[in-house]
Amino acid sequence: MRRILAILLENEPGSLSRIVGLFSQRAFNIESLTVAPTEDESLSRITIATKGDDKVLEQIVKQVNKLIDVIKITDLTERSHVERELILIKVLAMNDKSRTEVKRITDIFRGSIIDIGKQVYTIQLTGDADKLNAFVKTLANETEIIESVRSGCVGIARGEKALRV
Amino acid sequence: MNTPLFTGAEMVVKALSALDVKYIFGYPGGTVLDIYDAIFQQDDFEHILVRHEQAATHMADGYSRATGDVGVVLATSGPGATNCITGIATAYMDSIPMVVLSGQVPTTLIGDDAFQETDIVGCSRPIVKHSFNCRKVEDIPNVIAKAFYIAKSGRPGPVVVELPKDILIPDNKAEYNIETNVQMRSYNPTKKGHPKQIKKAVKAITEAKKLVIYSGGGIVLADASELLTQLVETLNAPCTNTLMGLGGLAGTHKNFIGMLGMHGSLEANKAMANADVILALGARFDDRVTNNVKKFCPNATIVHVDIDPTSISKTINAHIPVVGLIDIVLQQIIDELDETGFLPDQEPLATWWEQINEWRAVKSVSYQQDDGKIKPQRVVEAMYKITNGEAYVCSDVGQHQMFAAQYYPFDKPRKWINSGGLGTMGFGLPAAMGVKLAFPDSHVICITGDGSIQMNIQELSTCLQYNLPVVIVTLNNRSLGMVRQWQDMVYGGRHSSSYMESIPDFVKLAEAYGHVGIQIDTLDELDSKLEQAFSIKNRLVFVDVCVDEKEHVYPMQIKYGAVDDMWVKKGVKA
Ligand SMILES: Cc1cc2nc3c(=O)[nH]c(=O)nc-3n(C[C@H](O)[C@H](O)[C@H](O)COP(=O)(O)OP(=O)(O)OC[C@H]3O[C@@H](n4cnc5c(N)ncnc54)[C@H](O)[C@@H]3O)c2cc1C
Ligand SMILES: Cc1ncc(C[n+]2csc(CCOP(=O)(O)OP(=O)(O)O)c2C)c(N)n1
Repeated sequence: MRRILAILLENEPGSLSRIVGLFSQRAFNIESLTVAPTEDESLSRITIATKGDDKVLEQIVKQVNKLIDVIKITDLTERSHVERELILIKVLAMNDKSRTEVKRITDIFRGSIIDIGKQVYTIQLTGDADKLNAFVKTLANETEIIESVRSGCVGIARGEKALRV
Repeated sequence: MNTPLFTGAEMVVKALSALDVKYIFGYPGGTVLDIYDAIFQQDDFEHILVRHEQAATHMADGYSRATGDVGVVLATSGPGATNCITGIATAYMDSIPMVVLSGQVPTTLIGDDAFQETDIVGCSRPIVKHSFNCRKVEDIPNVIAKAFYIAKSGRPGPVVVELPKDILIPDNKAEYNIETNVQMRSYNPTKKGHPKQIKKAVKAITEAKKLVIYSGGGIVLADASELLTQLVETLNAPCTNTLMGLGGLAGTHKNFIGMLGMHGSLEANKAMANADVILALGARFDDRVTNNVKKFCPNATIVHVDIDPTSISKTINAHIPVVGLIDIVLQQIIDELDETGFLPDQEPLATWWEQINEWRAVKSVSYQQDDGKIKPQRVVEAMYKITNGEAYVCSDVGQHQMFAAQYYPFDKPRKWINSGGLGTMGFGLPAAMGVKLAFPDSHVICITGDGSIQMNIQELSTCLQYNLPVVIVTLNNRSLGMVRQWQDMVYGGRHSSSYMESIPDFVKLAEAYGHVGIQIDTLDELDSKLEQAFSIKNRLVFVDVCVDEKEHVYPMQIKYGAVDDMWVKKGVKA
């Protein structure tokens, strides 16, 4: 089962490598990982999308918690939460027909065209993983994808629940 | 008035003194020469110069296992640091508190593949509890204080501190401030067990008809043997120890049913397999204990007390987990039992003991000594008699380790010093040296094999320099016995590279290093020569005993079977 873990940890040199090392050392899966400092610069927040059954997930959470740098970890997928990912995608837009079509698809998905080249459009879109996958698939049916980059997902719990010191 | 300024090297020394360090084990080199210079100018602690950095880690480790204090190692950058890796991993696997101070090239050169640069923090990351890249002079004292705190608290383990040369040199000075009462927002290990879980645990224990206490290294690490003994006696329950937990309950206690696991006693493994409740205390359901996890005690309710949540339900699912320090949790359990005025239900208890005594009667831990070659087990028994069972026994890894565990019952914790989790050959001698430093007036035995002893034999030289008269007893079977045993049992008797054709004359070797060597070849000279060896004070004695090379370690679990599927002798199943 796919899980999204949010981790709050000390923003120290080496703390990210400890997390990554742990996942590879213990053969835990990483689908995506994002990291950045929080508004309090002494803290970093990581979101990891991973897969595993309950037993594996229990070990992941416990093992991450055991790292000295880690302040808190929570499984966002346990309760209601918001999950977002960003994609930047460059596609071929050679003629009027493909330009119109690309623009139309982008609008439907509520993306935006953020750069235009002689023969290419660069599009930005945010959403959950499913939406991004659907968008990429639809575009691919229409034109050629030249390049794309995804941020990996970030997530936050709904309501009052918060991950903080 | 000006506040005094100190170099980083001076700060290292001051911090170690402030933390009550008595010994550090190390080897000098370019990046740590400033620290060596500062050590030279103080006398709060002694530095022990080893002959190989791996030995420094094992010495610090042995010292820690015997005393409970943090073991401290100092190594230079590059090869010095990488030589520590095996010792760090050994300490990590057995949860031993250790701080390894490693030199590093100057910060300006880090990343340039400078002379003797290795990323020791990176290399050691999977085998440390934590590590620090120290980068500022003024940070040194508190980084070291934190390293000690992390190493010793919660589930203990090794911590690496990397110190670049430019923060140690005389040009770079700062004020010295140290906070030994460490507080960290990201690290607050649990202490007490959750009261609800304690109640649940006590309920399960008191309702059990066939209870077994399975206690491990956690009892030894927490110095909780007295509380364990009290609980065992209150419940009149059978108690088994893991290899790491030996001495947690006295080996001669009437409720002790032997070690469990791969080479455990039949009664211990049978009791586990037939128990309705298993109370696991500071033990981690290692695969050398459980055998096939799918067949592990399917009918037992498992109560698991451990300070480390990752140990719980990792391999075997715990029905009642209790996270907490074992000494505190044991006291909570005992108090709860007191409060409920618990008395064991005599009838089922008597039936359970009857059953256990039947398994005991098989005498699965036994051997046959005829007139022929000396049996290795016989040597261990002889040492037990001579030392009244009171020696510190430090072991290497192999058959001799199992014979020592089976035939030298330990009545006190911290007396049995061995590498269980990593199984590091070469651990025994340096570990024994660390123990001897701490307890110079006790008998300290290094029991070893002809293979293992050669993995750190150079330390015989250190023993002479610091006058460490340990007694080394090699159960010499002219082969890598444990490997050979597996080849006999699993690989059709093909002894691929398990036989050593060029074993040195250990007596001469010991003499060459300035020690006493004693050769024992026949059964009739065994006792008298061993007596002689143990009567020599102030000289290291190396006893080379020629033992039967065909002897196998029994009992032994049958691979892929349940915990109690065992060979009790060659070809005889339980
Ligand atoms: C050749 C060979 C053969 C072996 N055969 C056997 C065998 O037959 N039987 C056997 O048992 N082992 C055997 N071993 C050893 C085995 O590999 C493991 O090292 C051992 O079983 C682990 O012991 P343990 O479960 O007590 O855990 P340890 O490794 O001692 O771990 C201690 C546990 O206690 C916890 N703990 C630590 N401090 C505290 C505290 N203060 N409070 C609460 N919890 C705490 C830790 O978190 C950890 O989970 C063998 C090893 C070798 C090399
Ligand atoms: C460093 C290391 N290398 C290899 C092994 C694998 N191994 C386990 S026991 C053993 C043989 C030990 O031989 P010896 O020290 O002579 O002891 P014996 O079994 O004969 O008593 C070996 C090679 C190990 N445990 N450690």
